Amino acid sequence: MNPLLLTARLDIVESLRARWFLIYSLVFGGIVALLFAFGLTESRVLGFIGLSRLLVTYIQLTMAILPVFVLITTVRSVAGDREAGVFEYLLSLPVSLSAWFWGKILGRYVTIFLPVFVAMLAAVLWSMFRSIEVPWAMFFYYTGLLAAMAWCFLGIGMLISTLARGTDVAQGAAFMVWLTMLLFLDLILLGVMIQGRVTPEVAVGIALLNPLQVFRTAALAMFDPQLIVLGPSAYVILDLFGSGGYRVYALLYPLAVGTLAAVAGYLSFRRSDLP
Amino acid sequence: MIRFTDVGKDFRKHRVLDAVNLEIVPGERIALIGSNGAGKTTLIRCLLGEYTHQGAVTIGGLAPRSARTQVLGKVGFVPQLPPPLKMPVGQLLAFAAAVCGTDAERMHALSRRLGLDVGSILARPFNRLSGGMKQKLLIAIALGRDTELLVMDEPAANLDPEARHIFFNLLAERLGSTTMIISSHRLDEVAPLVNRVVEMDTGRIVLDDRVAEESRFSTLFEVHLTLARADAAIARTLGSWQFADRRAGVEWHGTVSGADRLRFLGMVARYVGLLSRIEMHEVDAAVVLQ
Repeated sequence: MNPLLLTARLDIVESLRARWFLIYSLVFGGIVALLFAFGLTESRVLGFIGLSRLLVTYIQLTMAILPVFVLITTVRSVAGDREAGVFEYLLSLPVSLSAWFWGKILGRYVTIFLPVFVAMLAAVLWSMFRSIEVPWAMFFYYTGLLAAMAWCFLGIGMLISTLARGTDVAQGAAFMVWLTMLLFLDLILLGVMIQGRVTPEVAVGIALLNPLQVFRTAALAMFDPQLIVLGPSAYVILDLFGSGGYRVYALLYPLAVGTLAAVAGYLSFRRSDLP
Repeated sequence: MIRFTDVGKDFRKHRVLDAVNLEIVPGERIALIGSNGAGKTTLIRCLLGEYTHQGAVTIGGLAPRSARTQVLGKVGFVPQLPPPLKMPVGQLLAFAAAVCGTDAERMHALSRRLGLDVGSILARPFNRLSGGMKQKLLIAIALGRDTELLVMDEPAANLDPEARHIFFNLLAERLGSTTMIISSHRLDEVAPLVNRVVEMDTGRIVLDDRVAEESRFSTLFEVHLTLARADAAIARTLGSWQFADRRAGVEWHGTVSGADRLRFLGMVARYVGLLSRIEMHEVDAAVVLQ
């Protein structure tokens, strides 16, 4: 087997036995179970009922939890492995640095995306069993959105892990990155705009560069194509991209951010001390 | 040929390796000794291509950092502290065998020779094994393939006397064909295994000397000890060497691997006030170990 795939498999096996994976899977599985238990499929919000109502809530909750979860668990386990001597031993074996780094990313991607996706898939299968109509377009787009979001934050997490030498520093840096993105969500931007210190275009521009805001807006766009809830900033976004264009942007931009961060992480990893 | 040329390494402003120059010819067995912080582990990590550094390190003319797979394919490494891997033993062996291009069965067979029934622990997480089991497994991974260089950091520290003897036999089988670098805090731990001693202190090589060849470090010695009186401390220590109490804690009998003689005598020296008599006879290892 290819060394990259061997490394990916090794990382998956290692992650499946880690406590973070158990908690992570329980959180997302638990969210879906709770949403069903509270009868969310029977409630109606903004005309949404059935599984679409559940998916909208699920994606909103996932957006709040997944980024910080992926960032913290990635930097903790990667920097922790390095500190504990796992890198020293495994990198003494004849595996290339590219196979090791990208194999690790691939393995980790599978372990962070799968529980989120499986929870959503379980909701769909349960709905089919209960003869609830499944909004397939929404399901596929949200799957793409989750895949892009997981990749984006995994890439950022790997970059932080390679730059920070210790677990504590890496964890602190990951938390700061997440907090910064959180600070620039639209509510804060709107506040800045109200104070009149920046032009709406600049504020919207910042929002469009913030992966957290991009996901949030894309998720909203699924049930509010005119982005009415966003207020005036919707004009700029829709003017720039159009409704369909924005949905594509919301998939491609985070993928690009994740890829750039991962490549930067790899270049830093190649040039630095490994253990 | 392994060559270190003006190798230097700094951590922040602290100089850990300072212009290290060293040449090791194929087949040499080096004891790399020195106290904590002397630079042994850093030197080993530079040799394995894990650290960036000033100067140059080459193994067979290739840099281990840039030609990783070529170089490390011929290098077996046993770390001092086993990594806390959660993966099952079978997975670790399969991964190591696959990336090293060897058959995992060779590693299984070597584990069995070291007294580790690997078949019964394949599904067990590596980090749940005892210290001795982990060490045996790491030795099996390093020796269970074709290597030209063995780099070992206190490799026998967690092994029981019998496993140590088998380990020394395994090394004896590779004499001449494999270069060995054995790192240790103490020379008496490794002296009988090596033909050259390199001592480091504060990042520099302070001693580089030849030692008398021990041509048969796979030999075994039968040892009989007589004490002036029974003593709990020496009884515990002799027990850890798997010695048998022949008479009320006064007469002790056991075997010591040839390569462990110096270490054993060093231990006995601590209790010299209790010692009345000591006898050591070389015996046929094959007969004794049966």
